Amino acid sequence: MVLQSIWFFLWGLLWALYFMTDGFDLGIGALYPILGKTDEDKKTMINAIGPLWDGNEVWLLTAGGVTFAAFPLVYAVMFSSLYTALMLILFALIIRGVSFEFRNKIDHPVWVKVWDTCIFIGSIVPAILFGVAFANIFQGIPFDDEGIYQGTLFTLLNPYGLLGGVLFLLLFVQHGANWIIIRSEGDLHDRAVKIAKGIWPVLLAVAVIFFVASWFATPLYQNYLTRPILFVVIIVTVVALLCVRLFLNQENGFKAWFASALTIVGAIFFGIIGLFPNLFPSSINPDYSLSAYNASSSPLTLKVMLVVVILILPLVLAYQIWAYNLFKGKVKQEDFMY
Amino acid sequence: MDLVTLSRLQFASTIMFHFLFVPLTLGLSIIIAYMETRYVQTGDETYLNMTKFWAKLFLINFAVGVVTGITQEFQFGTNWSRYSAYVGDVFGSLLAIEATATFFLESTFIGVWIFGWKKLSKKAHAGVMWLVAIGSNLSAVWILIANAWMQSPVGFTIRNGRAEMVDFGAVISQPFATYKIIHTISSALVLASFFIMGISAYHLLKNHHKDFFTKSFRTGLGFGLIFSLVVFIVGDINGVLVAEKQPAKLAAMESLWETTDMAPVYMFAWPDPENEKNAVEIGAIPGFLSLLVKHDFNAVVQGLKDFPKDERPPVLVTSFSFKGMVGLGTIFILLTVYGWFKRKKLLENPLYLKIMIFAIPLPYLAIQLGWIVAEIGRQPWLVYGVFKTAAGASPVAVSQVAISLVAFILVYSVLGAAGFYLMFQKAKKGPELDSE
Repeated sequence: MVLQSIWFFLWGLLWALYFMTDGFDLGIGALYPILGKTDEDKKTMINAIGPLWDGNEVWLLTAGGVTFAAFPLVYAVMFSSLYTALMLILFALIIRGVSFEFRNKIDHPVWVKVWDTCIFIGSIVPAILFGVAFANIFQGIPFDDEGIYQGTLFTLLNPYGLLGGVLFLLLFVQHGANWIIIRSEGDLHDRAVKIAKGIWPVLLAVAVIFFVASWFATPLYQNYLTRPILFVVIIVTVVALLCVRLFLNQENGFKAWFASALTIVGAIFFGIIGLFPNLFPSSINPDYSLSAYNASSSPLTLKVMLVVVILILPLVLAYQIWAYNLFKGKVKQEDFMY
Repeated sequence: MDLVTLSRLQFASTIMFHFLFVPLTLGLSIIIAYMETRYVQTGDETYLNMTKFWAKLFLINFAVGVVTGITQEFQFGTNWSRYSAYVGDVFGSLLAIEATATFFLESTFIGVWIFGWKKLSKKAHAGVMWLVAIGSNLSAVWILIANAWMQSPVGFTIRNGRAEMVDFGAVISQPFATYKIIHTISSALVLASFFIMGISAYHLLKNHHKDFFTKSFRTGLGFGLIFSLVVFIVGDINGVLVAEKQPAKLAAMESLWETTDMAPVYMFAWPDPENEKNAVEIGAIPGFLSLLVKHDFNAVVQGLKDFPKDERPPVLVTSFSFKGMVGLGTIFILLTVYGWFKRKKLLENPLYLKIMIFAIPLPYLAIQLGWIVAEIGRQPWLVYGVFKTAAGASPVAVSQVAISLVAFILVYSVLGAAGFYLMFQKAKKGPELDSE
């Protein structure tokens, strides 16, 4: 039981870390047509995430891999149920990834335009669909006792699911704008500040609506009502979001970015804690739901994996923080590598 | 087409496409790290220029390899959910370790390497490339351990209606995995060295940057010679293990129908599965197969007839792919041995250089054929002797898989065309050198 619970929260943590890290890459991609006015703006934006996006994306693979290893039944039912949505996300991430490398290899307007479009689509689609997917998981997915999904892609596009999509997009865009503030200068920097400040009230409003809608659309608050101390998570999330604005007003890009990072982690944990012990609840019958207790791997596998994670994850965090620290300065034209 | 066939087609096409790029990443990352290390050791600017030029090609290739790898990790869940639920306890943990322990290393440090030229010391920068090379190759190690488990499942028991791990050590240390790892990584180094030699040969024939490309060619040649031999020798040991663990696959590889002592190797055989014999057999070497896989001329080797019809792999594809792979492997040894004797007089051997240009695709072909032997030869099993392929597919709509399959083919074709076109352009253009 303890082992399964530990893995439940590690699972949540990995998803949160993925959204915290790749979130700003996706946000910057979504802002690309608005913020990238000149070719140099665009190059600055790509190069601002250039050294980091690849390492960030691995958090997704780790989250996926850990789902497979620790909760194989969840991995099987979740990814086959969300088939079309996940395929769209994968295609988007594929074209986004190559675009960074390909865009500036040939100096032809059509070539550049194609990969610019791919960067935008490849970023905005996952940002929205991840939100849609998680909001639907929060409210329950229509799958039967055989683990067979009884719906289509459009089943997921219900009002609460779409609200989740909008929330994720805004969170990532805020986070991305904050990163551009850190790494750019001049006109691009000033416009990023303007956008970051402009988006903030919209994000706040959507976040509040999401918290309220979750009360009506999902069973997430049951765990909170059983243990009211857990409301701290929601309070921290909201305070972090308020701090984003505070730090933007102080023109402190770093602090604003940390605050938006914490907001994302908080928002994910709001859902994860509410779900516990379910990882993938069924909306057809709660008995079909896959939980940390009925869908986990054997104790031996959970133990082996725990040892691996305890040994390796701190190391990964250490060298990723080192890499972030190495590339936190302003991006200069002579440093363009993409 | 039915669900299982479509799911298999999708998995096969996406993973074969993915593996058009991975071997170059594996092999070239090591060779580039070696080049940069030589630069740090000797201060010879040519090695720095070599590092930069080959890295340019490497990075285009790397990008396509990385993004197509994401698909693979999720496809077990999307398309093979029955399989995933059954084996996740063992198989899933290997993929998770791959992501956590090794893929992070590769992906984090590749960014540091690309953008870190001015931020790191020469030594540290070369060290970072080694981390990329180690990360990439260790990723391959974990994936190959997972694949070896599908070929030769060990360290598990069937409990709670699924395969559960009982001995993690046995899973990661079985010889089947070890030899597969050495065979695959060596073949990747062969591919990378032929890539370098072929492109260098093109420029040497045009008299471009003679010093640069002679050094590049010789670097490739050294790696190519050593690893063509390693890949062949280890491949032979692999054969012994296949005979022991997957006798039906071995029989299919050799088109051997009858169980017999003094089992022969045929130079050419056209199998006729209907009538359970070979329609054509040319050049039988009696006892040679017994010798190869059992180290004894008189040893008995099982023929296909020993297995029920529905537990035999497709013989034609398996045997032709196998013979193609072995034939190509032999050619790689001949080409690199010849090159070694002429290494000081490359420019005086234009025909050899020309052949080396056209040899670039051959290791690609050999590697794809090798995987066809491994995976088609495993059929009808997904996990050999434990779980059949037909039982593994996800219960999703046929139309969903059909649409995603078409989408993969379209998107991957465009990506592949763009990626290879860029590599071709950059390779043809050659390095941008200040001097010369």
